[in-house]
Amino acid sequence: MYLPATDPILMKLMVTGPFGVGKTTFVRSLSEIPTLHTEETMTAHGVPVDDISRTPGKTATTVAVDFGRLTLPAGDLVLYLFGTPGQRRFLPLWEDLARGALGALILADTRRLADAFDAMDLIEEAGLPYTVAVNRFPDTPPIELDKIRAALDLDPATPLIECDARERAGCLDALIALTEHVLDRLPQETAP
Amino acid sequence: MTTPSGPRRRLVPAYLATQGRTAAAGRHSLDRLSILHAAADLPAGLGGEHRQLWELVRPGALTVAEAAAHLRLPVSATVFIAADLAERGALKVRAPIPSAQPVNRDLAERLLSGLRALK
Ligand SMILES: Nc1nc2c(ncn2[C@@H]2O[C@H](COP(=O)(O)OP(=O)(O)O)[C@@H](O)[C@H]2O)c(=O)[nH]1
Ligand SMILES: [Mg+2]
Repeated sequence: MYLPATDPILMKLMVTGPFGVGKTTFVRSLSEIPTLHTEETMTAHGVPVDDISRTPGKTATTVAVDFGRLTLPAGDLVLYLFGTPGQRRFLPLWEDLARGALGALILADTRRLADAFDAMDLIEEAGLPYTVAVNRFPDTPPIELDKIRAALDLDPATPLIECDARERAGCLDALIALTEHVLDRLPQETAP
Repeated sequence: MTTPSGPRRRLVPAYLATQGRTAAAGRHSLDRLSILHAAADLPAGLGGEHRQLWELVRPGALTVAEAAAHLRLPVSATVFIAADLAERGALKVRAPIPSAQPVNRDLAERLLSGLRALK
C-alpha cells in the first residue's frame, strides 16, 4: 500500500475516453494496488442554469477519478494512472487533474467512435500528447485501423493501436506506444 | 467544435474555494501526487481528520490522492489538512519530482525502459 522507501520520482499518465469504454478496467489491469477512487467536485461559477439543470438537484458536477499505481522495475520511478471521463465540459477540472502528466491515452470504442471526439478535443485543449487505443468488445465489427484513423481525423504522428483493457500485456503496449510518442514530442536536449 | 453562446462557461475546481486558507496554511504547495509521510508526533489538540491522515501516513508514504481515497475525503480537504499538519511539523511533504524539474527526455526515457522491462 505504501510507496517504496527509495524516494521514487512519481510520474502520471491520464487514461480517458467516454463512459463505459474500459478506463477503470485498464487502470485495474496495470495497477499494483487495488484501484482507488475519488470524486472530484466542480462547483458551478457562472454556469448557465440550463447546464446545472442537466443534473437535477445538484449545483456542482462530480467527476469520478480511478487511479492506480505501477512501480517500475528499477524501483526509482512510480507511474500513476488517472482514469477520468473525457468530456469537454470537464476541461478546467481535467486540466487540474492532468497537471504534470506526461500524456494521455484515449480509449475508443469503434461502435461509437464519435464519442472519442470529445476526449480528443479535451486533451488537445489541455495540450497533452496522446495516443488512441481502440478497445475491442465482443460485438465489435472487424477493426480496420486505417479507416478508424481517417474517421477520427488523427494527425499522422498520433499513434493508433488496438488494445484489450482486460489484458495487462496489451495495456502495457498501449502505455509504451504513448510514452514513445511523448518522447517524440519532447525537444532534444542540446549538448551543454 | 461548437462555440458556446453567451459568456464562456468556467467551472472552478472545488479546491479553489479553499485556496485562500490553503495558502495561509503554509508554503507547501500540494499537488495530488505530493508525497506525505508522518514526521513527528501529532501535535496536541489535533484530532479527527488530522489524526486520521497522520496515522495513515505514519507507517509509510502515500500521495495526497491516495490518502484522500483511503480516508474517503475530497482531495481539496486532504490538501488542507495535510498543509495544516506540515505547517506544524507533523508531516513531511515531498514533491512528486524532487527538483521540480520539468518533464524532460531523461525521465520519459526512464519511464519507457521501465515499461519495457515489465513485459
Ligand atoms: N470485451 C471487452 N470488454 C471490456 C473491455 N474493457 C472493458 N470491458 C468491459 O466494459 C465494461 C465497462 O468497462 P469500465 O472499465 O467500467 O469502463 P469505464 O466507464 O470507461 O471505466 C465492463 O463491464 C468491462 O468489463 C475490453 O477491452 N473488452
Ligand atoms: Mg470507470
